[in-house]
Amino acid sequence: MAEAPQQQQLQQQKEEEEEEQQPGPVEARDSSEGSEEPKEDVQATPTRPLLSMRSMSIVDPDDDSPNMIVYRKIEDIVTRIQDETEGVPIRTVKSFMTKIPSVVTGADIVQWLMKNLSIEDQAEAMHIGGLIAAQGYFFPISDHVLSLKDDGTFYRFQAPYFWPSHCWEPENTDYAIYLCKRTMQNKTRLELADYEAENLARLQRAFARKWEFIYMQAEAQVKIDRKKDKTERKILDSQERAFWDVHRPVPGCVNTTEMDIRKCRRLKNPQRVKKSVYGLTEEGTQSQSPIHTPSHHCRKGTKEDVEKEILFLNTQLDRHCMKMSKVAESLITYTEQYMEYDPFLTAPEPSNPWTSDDPSLWDLEASKEPSQQRVKKWGFSLEEALKDPAGQELFLKFLESEFSSENLRFWLAVQDLKRMPQQEVAQRAQEIWAEFLAEGAPSSINLDSHSYERTSQNLKDPGRYSYEDAQDHIYKLMKSDSYTRFLRSNVYQDLLMARKKPETEQGRRTSLEKFTRSVGKSLTGKRLTGLMQSS
Amino acid sequence: MGEMEQLRKEAESLKDQITAARKAVQDTTLQEAAAGITVVGRVQLKTRKTLRGHLAKIYAMHWAVDANLCVSASQDGKLIVWDTITTNKVNAIPLKSSWVMTCAYAPSGNLVACGGLDNMCSIYNLKGKDGNVKVMRELAAHTGYLSCCRFLSDSEIITSSGDCTCVLWDIETGTQKTVFAGHQGDCMSLAVSPDFKFFISGACDFTAKLWDIREGVCRQTFGGHESDINAIGFFPNGNAVITGSDDATCKLYDLRADQELITYQDSSIMCGVTSLAPSLSGRLILAGYDDFNVNIWDSLKSERVGVLAGHDNRVSCIGVSADGMACCTGSWDSFLKIWN
Repeated sequence: MAEAPQQQQLQQQKEEEEEEQQPGPVEARDSSEGSEEPKEDVQATPTRPLLSMRSMSIVDPDDDSPNMIVYRKIEDIVTRIQDETEGVPIRTVKSFMTKIPSVVTGADIVQWLMKNLSIEDQAEAMHIGGLIAAQGYFFPISDHVLSLKDDGTFYRFQAPYFWPSHCWEPENTDYAIYLCKRTMQNKTRLELADYEAENLARLQRAFARKWEFIYMQAEAQVKIDRKKDKTERKILDSQERAFWDVHRPVPGCVNTTEMDIRKCRRLKNPQRVKKSVYGLTEEGTQSQSPIHTPSHHCRKGTKEDVEKEILFLNTQLDRHCMKMSKVAESLITYTEQYMEYDPFLTAPEPSNPWTSDDPSLWDLEASKEPSQQRVKKWGFSLEEALKDPAGQELFLKFLESEFSSENLRFWLAVQDLKRMPQQEVAQRAQEIWAEFLAEGAPSSINLDSHSYERTSQNLKDPGRYSYEDAQDHIYKLMKSDSYTRFLRSNVYQDLLMARKKPETEQGRRTSLEKFTRSVGKSLTGKRLTGLMQSS
Repeated sequence: MGEMEQLRKEAESLKDQITAARKAVQDTTLQEAAAGITVVGRVQLKTRKTLRGHLAKIYAMHWAVDANLCVSASQDGKLIVWDTITTNKVNAIPLKSSWVMTCAYAPSGNLVACGGLDNMCSIYNLKGKDGNVKVMRELAAHTGYLSCCRFLSDSEIITSSGDCTCVLWDIETGTQKTVFAGHQGDCMSLAVSPDFKFFISGACDFTAKLWDIREGVCRQTFGGHESDINAIGFFPNGNAVITGSDDATCKLYDLRADQELITYQDSSIMCGVTSLAPSLSGRLILAGYDDFNVNIWDSLKSERVGVLAGHDNRVSCIGVSADGMACCTGSWDSFLKIWN
């Protein structure tokens, strides 16, 4: 049998038991644990754990695997909450005809959490308490469902032996022994719940061949149990049950022992040597779970690794770090600027389609007539203007009116090039050269000689990034030159100021007509289509 | 002194100098700088839709760029494309391997990808000629599980793997174009910069790395976490990086200051972060945790301004739609929820 908990040193109550529990068939009197009436006959007899209160966490402090980190935190809390002086009052409660040893109320736990973890919100304390309960670190003495209630419901603390940080993963043989043992004990309070009876039936079918062995093990366990003190047994029985509630949860409850399969490999016990709760020796082969991929070890540092690291660190050192104040300012400015566009912070107009079920906002976005708010965004950065197809179109039209659209068309062509299927890249790269950079090119762009040289070199082995430098150069040019003029231009300003309120049909048509006319006037023979081989 | 010993000493000295250089620019903290700006106030989002249909744990979800569509991957062996407004399933794609861990939607809307314990990234064409969704490519070369994948275009995709590397693939030919090696632990997550020139990866070596896609090298490394980094994302302006870790904290790192700006943590949060997504302006960070909740953080003041509680098991993935209107969470309870 599981060696009993060091922690709950059973208090040696000298009080006489009102009724002796006969090992044989028992009447229904011992159903006290099943029906808690905390109001009646409760006399508090303080029970204190006898150990000192260093954290009882059994997690190796160097173990940094994900679950262990959480277990360590929980175990620190669980240690403190059971402390003699600083913890909750753990008592033996006299109820009806028997005593309920070593319990504490849910309300006490919640109160303690709020006070000692500095939590102001009761819901928050319930959330944490629920988390600790779900992992089985404390449990309701008369329910299989591991949750915390903020009332007089009684809870008991789990024995460290059974703590999840041991990574139990108990086998079905252990579970079968447990359920079988329960049926032998003939106590109403230990009767199987429906789902447990179903589980037992299923296990009997699955283990049909070795059921005799299981039965014998269960008998042996019962024998060992009988030798223990009655109160101790009550406590141990409940702790054992809580253990199984964690590892074989009630249907519908979350199994908190489930692990993310990506993390499983790195558990401290990668070979998954299974320990038996009841001390059975390992038999047979381990089950081959699909997670059993050979553990991949990243190489430990070799000389080359360290040399590479030194090179990398040198480049890092050479990098100029921007001042925190500047960086902070830039982040703050960005968020402030975009806050009115953030639907989680500013209610969108005309309405948020998700809450109002009115899709007009999306219809507007898709329409060719951008809202004033949207037009305003194009003024934030060139990037923003180009991101929006309507903004890009207007900018292009403006550039054409200035006879400088080749820059933007080059930039767009290179963007397309980067997204193209590999086979088509080389040819397209040549086409771009012919259109924009070759001598006498129809849409000649202005590159500095350095970038020009680099680019023509790149074209000897054309690839997706052949025009990267050139593209960056042109982008900077557009940003500092054409874009700023665009923002001051009539076409942009008209659009920005034009729509103060949704206008009448008539009004909208007139301004749209005016707009197209003003742009159309400045267009010449140059067309908008992408790349054209000049004859 | 042995050569190794000498080299190690040199590396340590350089690290110290870098730390000093970073300290030298700390003329303020983000919190101090943000002290004066208006408080955001309590953010309360409600569940607007619940997407039901998966039969097992959901491990990943990703929004499409153009429409209100999203794709989700579950260990029931299905990839489902949802119309989040009607909650209808646009596609339900059965997978060869049910141990799927990630999924992605291409910006064009034509392709989706997924992968997991099969160590492969499978690309599916949603717009096939006959209307059936079929596997278009299987990208196989990783020697560890596929933890994350993100499309650059219909031609290229980046994957991260439990074999500690990230890879840039050419989808058409199914070949590896660049291998990004350097992490000392499983790569868990990746995110592409808004300009598609860089991507960041978070790994089980507790660091995040910024990679130059074109050059194929690591440009910057960020440390400070005390456990695996499970989730990573770019701040919307592309100049900062947000990470979420098993140490129950999220951190904001700035690329230009080359260091951590702020940590998002609370002593009452004990469970690890599984996923995160910034709101459109970046002012809010929504992070999913192992304790079944999503916490909403004010990114500048590092205060919790909201909680989304509605899942009955771990929140495994989260995403904010392209127009910032809605947030989608996916959970081990097999449901996806749309909130705003």
